[in-house]
Amino acid sequence: MTMKRLINLKRAEARKIYLTYAVVIAAYIICQVMSSTGLFSSSMRGMLVPICAYMVMAVSLNLVVGILGELSLGHAGFMSVGAFSGVASAILMQGTITNAPLRLALAMVIAAIFAAIAGFLIGIPVLRLKGDYLAIVTLAFGEIIKSILNNFYLGMDSEGIQISMITDTTRLLKGGRLIIRGPMGISGIQKIATFTAGFVLLMIALMIVFNLVNSRSGRAFMAIRDDRIAAESIGLDITKYKMMAFVMSAAIAGAAGALFAMNYSTIVANKFDFNTSILILVFVVLGGQGNMLGGIIAAAVLTILPEKLREFSEYRMLLYAVVLIVMMLATNNAEVKSFLAGLNPFRRKEAA
Amino acid sequence: MRKILTCVIILVMASAAFGAPAAFKLGGTGPLTGGAAIYGMAARNGAQIAVDEINAMGGDIRFELRYEDDTHDAEKAVNAYNALKDWGMQLSLGSVTSKPCEATAAENFADRIFALTPSASSAAVTEGKDNVFQMCFVDPNQGTASAQYIASKGLAKKVAVIWKNDDVYSKGIRDTFVEKAPEAGLEIVSETTFADGNDTDFSVQLTEAQTKGAELVFLPMYYQPASLILAQAQAMGYAPKWFGVDGMDGILTMEGFDKSLAEGVMLLTPFNADAKDERTQKFVAEYKRRFGEVPNQFAADGYDCVYAYCQALAQAKATPDMDAATLCAKMIEQFTTMTFNGVTGENVRWSANGEVTKDPKGMVIKGGVYVGLD
Repeated sequence: MTMKRLINLKRAEARKIYLTYAVVIAAYIICQVMSSTGLFSSSMRGMLVPICAYMVMAVSLNLVVGILGELSLGHAGFMSVGAFSGVASAILMQGTITNAPLRLALAMVIAAIFAAIAGFLIGIPVLRLKGDYLAIVTLAFGEIIKSILNNFYLGMDSEGIQISMITDTTRLLKGGRLIIRGPMGISGIQKIATFTAGFVLLMIALMIVFNLVNSRSGRAFMAIRDDRIAAESIGLDITKYKMMAFVMSAAIAGAAGALFAMNYSTIVANKFDFNTSILILVFVVLGGQGNMLGGIIAAAVLTILPEKLREFSEYRMLLYAVVLIVMMLATNNAEVKSFLAGLNPFRRKEAA
Repeated sequence: MRKILTCVIILVMASAAFGAPAAFKLGGTGPLTGGAAIYGMAARNGAQIAVDEINAMGGDIRFELRYEDDTHDAEKAVNAYNALKDWGMQLSLGSVTSKPCEATAAENFADRIFALTPSASSAAVTEGKDNVFQMCFVDPNQGTASAQYIASKGLAKKVAVIWKNDDVYSKGIRDTFVEKAPEAGLEIVSETTFADGNDTDFSVQLTEAQTKGAELVFLPMYYQPASLILAQAQAMGYAPKWFGVDGMDGILTMEGFDKSLAEGVMLLTPFNADAKDERTQKFVAEYKRRFGEVPNQFAADGYDCVYAYCQALAQAKATPDMDAATLCAKMIEQFTTMTFNGVTGENVRWSANGEVTKDPKGMVIKGGVYVGLD
């Protein structure tokens, strides 16, 4: 009996995963068709890439908040590290790699590596903490990353890469280019991010997270989330597993940051501030902690919503807040929840 | 009853068919909400007055103006730009602030929609784009002009600079000011910074300027931090000469600001609301009547943008049924050749890279109002 329940549970889990993939793929195809047949407005087309980036951010943060059970308030910091390292490397590769999709892919990989390193370094002190303390320290690290990038200068000339902090002392030779210009961020970015790249990144992020969650490590994450003391007593290395989830999450966020930044011609560190961190946290909480599909849908809805409310001009953000509150209340309502569950075509009849 | 209804329907249909003659669709983005809203609102209000005046003249050139909120954020600015594109924008007013405008300017360039930004002043806005033009000075020029102005008027020898090191605008001006000041014979005795998040306490920066004996403090920043600097300097009994740039404009209309603090503050701005010429006075009077305050430089830039468009469109014999790309080609031709007279300057000309040439005006705050220095 218990064995059967376990199998059923796994089946339910698998259904959830396939449903997520199916919804994402279907949404991609629909958007692609609508976009190519001109049914989408410029406004919608312009939002496709940022929505993908925010979806990936939601998946990334869900790993930390939903699966590992720790609150991170500085996730935009990793997005920022990824955005700056990714864009800078894309600019450096401009001369050697002319194929734009390849350059974008490489830039995202580099962005993920840099963000993972940042995640690891930050993780060392942070993951020894728990609960509120951890949340506050991640918030502080998000601000530190913003501050560092606001004072960071990176240029390239014929003699190689030049770096300086606080003030620009790179003294580039003629023909050199100052890529990261402190508070001015990066200007003149080639817009090579595409909707397809965003879709591929989202699928990869989902695969990584789902595989991780349903592995031995993933069960360890959830054991730590549900009962830290019990998990420790059976010999789980808490810091190691927390670090694993944190670094993986940071890497995914970094790739999302690179995708996001390369959709605009300019990027500044101040874009990735506390508000952006909170926005991503709202996606995760609204979509349901640990629920990847929910987070993805929330990211799309909350990015499109303020644009659709433009006709209300000054009252736009007021209405946005009201809608947000209503959505939060509604999705937590038991009756609404059971109604939504009834719509799920994959729901099995309660036979047992 | 039915007759009345029929009449109403016929009237509605008639007015739809023979309604207002075709107008050029003019769109811009700016911060209409949030911390930088005062700039966006001013530019929009200024542009709206010009549009209404031009439409009331009943000439061939008519405008329909629409501003969308970008909350001073590049991502939102691109969204706002796309919303305007869906609306059918033919001519663009770019964005009001620098970073958002860099993002929308790239879209303007890709879509071949001509842009004339009232106030986005960073050099990267126009760089490499043949169809993006500025109505305001580019930031580096403000730094140069300030250094030369301070030196030529003999305002001070020892200068302190306080600037915001996470802000594009502040850095752009500071960089050239620091570069040009020694050439002009000024000595920079102190240079201190602040950033978002630590922009409420300036005692360290002010103490350093005071101990180093600065006679003049240069403030290349927007007016909110400047207002705090002035208040804190007074509290600590430090009274140097203050010199600001166009971002300082607006300090007098800031809510809760004690205007006496700004007494004697000098700033370099292309617009002077106290100017005696007829156009400026008419514009200022109309702005006061409609919005209840003295227009700042952003409002004047917005106003001039629309008139510059009006002049260029008339000279190019453009009509509203032309598409954006056709208008773009015509506007590039006009703006690189024409001379424009507006409230922010006489004999305004543009170079092919989109930068404007006009004379800055020195202003000083006296008795709670801006007064021309010359």
